[in-house]
Amino acid sequence: MSASILPLVLENVAYASNGQPIIAGVSLSITAGPSTIILGANGAGKSVLMRLMHGLLAPSAGSVRWNEADPASVRRRQAMVFQRPVMLRRSALANVVYALKLANVAPSEREPQALAALDEVGLRHLAQRPARVLSGGEQQRLALARAWALHPEVLFLDEPTASLDPGATREIETVIKAFDAAGTKIVMATHNLGQARRLGDEVIYLQAGRVMERAPIDQFFARPATAEAAAFMKGELPWV
Amino acid sequence: MLSAIAEGLQRVFQLDAELWRIVLLSLEVSLSAVLLATVLGLPLGAALAVKRFPGRRGVIVTLNALMGLPPVVVGLLVYLLLSRAGPLGELGLLFTPSAMAIAQTILILPIIAALARQALEDAWREYEEQLRSLGAQGMQAALTLLWDARFSLITAVLAGLGRASAEVGAVMIVGGNIDGVTRVMTTAIALETSKGDLPLALGLGFVLIAIVLLLNAGAQLLKEAAQRRFG
Repeated sequence: MSASILPLVLENVAYASNGQPIIAGVSLSITAGPSTIILGANGAGKSVLMRLMHGLLAPSAGSVRWNEADPASVRRRQAMVFQRPVMLRRSALANVVYALKLANVAPSEREPQALAALDEVGLRHLAQRPARVLSGGEQQRLALARAWALHPEVLFLDEPTASLDPGATREIETVIKAFDAAGTKIVMATHNLGQARRLGDEVIYLQAGRVMERAPIDQFFARPATAEAAAFMKGELPWV
Repeated sequence: MLSAIAEGLQRVFQLDAELWRIVLLSLEVSLSAVLLATVLGLPLGAALAVKRFPGRRGVIVTLNALMGLPPVVVGLLVYLLLSRAGPLGELGLLFTPSAMAIAQTILILPIIAALARQALEDAWREYEEQLRSLGAQGMQAALTLLWDARFSLITAVLAGLGRASAEVGAVMIVGGNIDGVTRVMTTAIALETSKGDLPLALGLGFVLIAIVLLLNAGAQLLKEAAQRRFG
């Protein structure tokens, strides 16, 4: 087992669905450290790119390689939070315990670890509540706890606040910042510029399945190198 | 007609020994069949919902078609299997309640498996990415799916029970409707009607309908309670 599964290297990755190209010619290196924002409009291919990185989709061409040969180890050391969390029909606590069980955590350690993760996202008081009756924001925080309980090196977040109100969005962002501060590599897709600024250290701007630009966050917002990124920000800004 | 209904009801409430023996045997046979078909059918449905393999569509179409298996044909096939000269003749099961349970199991297995497959495939569409992301695969994912969809699977099991308790053809052929041994509600109703003993036939009919109603009402309440509790 290597010390870190990072960097994650994508080489000439393409993905097509039913002959329709969604991702084309993407080469990227995702390194430990800065939190990475994948920015782009709806349909730019952000979700598909995240799924290719996380291993839920296999590229049609090119390669996705981690700095670790054992696929089981790669799987265990990363987690993903989806736009709409899928909760199992059991308690909030049991949802986190389930993830720990799949990660082969010893039975006696599962519950303490799960409770600690719920604490981390401020949901400990709802531990025994059935997960599916929690509010959207609570479910998303539970999804973060479920991902966090595994202490992943890399956490992928696919528009985690896209269907939440501003209050719940703030709570989620606070949790993500805490994970970032604890040393977890954050890779997050969003089309929200304000969120990108609040959470990101660097931006990968995606359009029509291609990486148009990659820059540190301040530089990207002050002086976007491509006309496409500038136009996207102009279009997005009024709603931030 | 009215007096026959009245007498039928009277026999039910008098706990007529003959009537209740028939009712109990019916429940024994049909519930055994449901249990067996559930144990076999739910994993089959789950595997079909989760696994992708060549010929999967053909299997699903066949399974759906088998939901309409005519009971008399199933009865005939099991009869041939279990008859003295048949491949399983040595077991001596023909004209026993076991033979009836076997026939009903074959009859309702496709119903339970096909309905479970449908319910689980819908659930799988929702769960697949999340479960794969958490590292659940194959068997483990199927078991999680079965457990999480347990309340919608009640419908599949009830459909099987309804079919088993209502059919006449299969149990008639493999059971033989032997008084006190293999006579169940449906075969008794058919026989008593042709003999003209309408009160007993009607009484059995009432009990049969009442049992099916009760089971369905209970299942519905359970599902609603679960919905409120677990979302």
